[in-house]
Amino acid sequence: MNMFSFPLRARKLKSAQTAKERLQILLAHERSDGSSPDFLPTLQREILEVVKRHMQVDADMVDIKLERGDELSSLEINIELPGAQKLRATSAR
Amino acid sequence: MSKVIVITSGKGGVGKTTTSAAIGAALAQRGYKTVVIDFDVGLRNLDMIMGCERRVVFDFINVIQGDAKLKQALIKDKRLENLYVLPTSQTRDKDALTQEGVGQVLDELREEFDYIICDSPAGIERGAHLAMYYADEAIVVTNPEVSSVRDSDRVLGLLNSKTLRAESDGREPLKAHLLLTRYDPARVAKGEMLNVDDVLEILAIPLLGIIPESPTVLRASNVGMPVVLDDKSVAGKAYEAAVARLDGEQIAVRIDTEQKAGFLQRLLRKSA
Ligand SMILES: Nc1ncnc2c1ncn2[C@@H]1O[C@H](COP(=O)(O)OP(=O)(O)O)[C@@H](O)[C@H]1O
Ligand SMILES: [Mg+2]
Repeated sequence: MNMFSFPLRARKLKSAQTAKERLQILLAHERSDGSSPDFLPTLQREILEVVKRHMQVDADMVDIKLERGDELSSLEINIELPGAQKLRATSAR
Repeated sequence: MSKVIVITSGKGGVGKTTTSAAIGAALAQRGYKTVVIDFDVGLRNLDMIMGCERRVVFDFINVIQGDAKLKQALIKDKRLENLYVLPTSQTRDKDALTQEGVGQVLDELREEFDYIICDSPAGIERGAHLAMYYADEAIVVTNPEVSSVRDSDRVLGLLNSKTLRAESDGREPLKAHLLLTRYDPARVAKGEMLNVDDVLEILAIPLLGIIPESPTVLRASNVGMPVVLDDKSVAGKAYEAAVARLDGEQIAVRIDTEQKAGFLQRLLRKSA
């Protein structure tokens, strides 16, 4: 019993710590996005409009990835261009 | 051939989301291309349980409303090749789900996926109704206690009447399976909890598996990992066995508890 009680305890504390950190990051983003993280569809539409002025692309060819982090989040926008070239824009938020 | 399976229960907190994540992951491990959809609009949780909460860009509602393509809203699991999550909206309410919208998204998913797992919200309102409406099979998650069994019975009634399969003549009826979760053999032995046979006798549907009450479930949720990925978890093993049965394997249902039978337990068992 004694032999195992310490590591088990440490492991529990570790997963709860992970849970706390995950929640803090997520909730910080949710609270600051307010009730409208819905800017993303709009952002996508507007980016597409700008790109369309210069090149022929459609909505299917846009891929947006987001990774929310603690100190830094990254927004990655991939637009597949005809001719299989890729335009990549990465910006920190 | 693709299958839509709803994970439902009526009652909240019985283990639907835990089960959706575990079953999705176990199917993906077996090589099936699987997507798990969160139908709990406004109370997004599946993303947390599956550990992809920081990568949500678009959601199920954005797709239904035409603001994003399905492909953009699907989040690929980082650990399992064949596993995807379709998160729900945290800000809208259930009215954003429409019957045709849900149907269209499911049709599109059917072209790509072997299994589509629908994590139902609690209750029997719109969200729960739409989660079950298009299902081919249902996993009714039940805890061995009176209110959960009663709610499961209510849900079984709805599965048999208020679903597309129930409404269409000539189609095979929806297949419902019972998954008994948070099962605590010690409390059953003491007569404090209903036993498997009691529940089966009352609900009268085939048993898919028994998932023991286990602290490994909480630990898995803390770190955002479906419990089947913890190979020391008996709950994870029980989910794997349930999925093997879902996949047609004949495996006897066993009840495992967390502790390996210790000296005292063996003693107790002998005297019992
Ligand atoms: N087999 C289990 N052993 C221990 N705790 C469990 C088990 N299954 C679920 N839980 C816990 O029960 C709670 C509710 O689970 P959840 O999957 O969110 O239920 P639902 O989606 O039905 O509301 C969670 O805290 C979860 O960790
Ligand atoms: Mg849930």
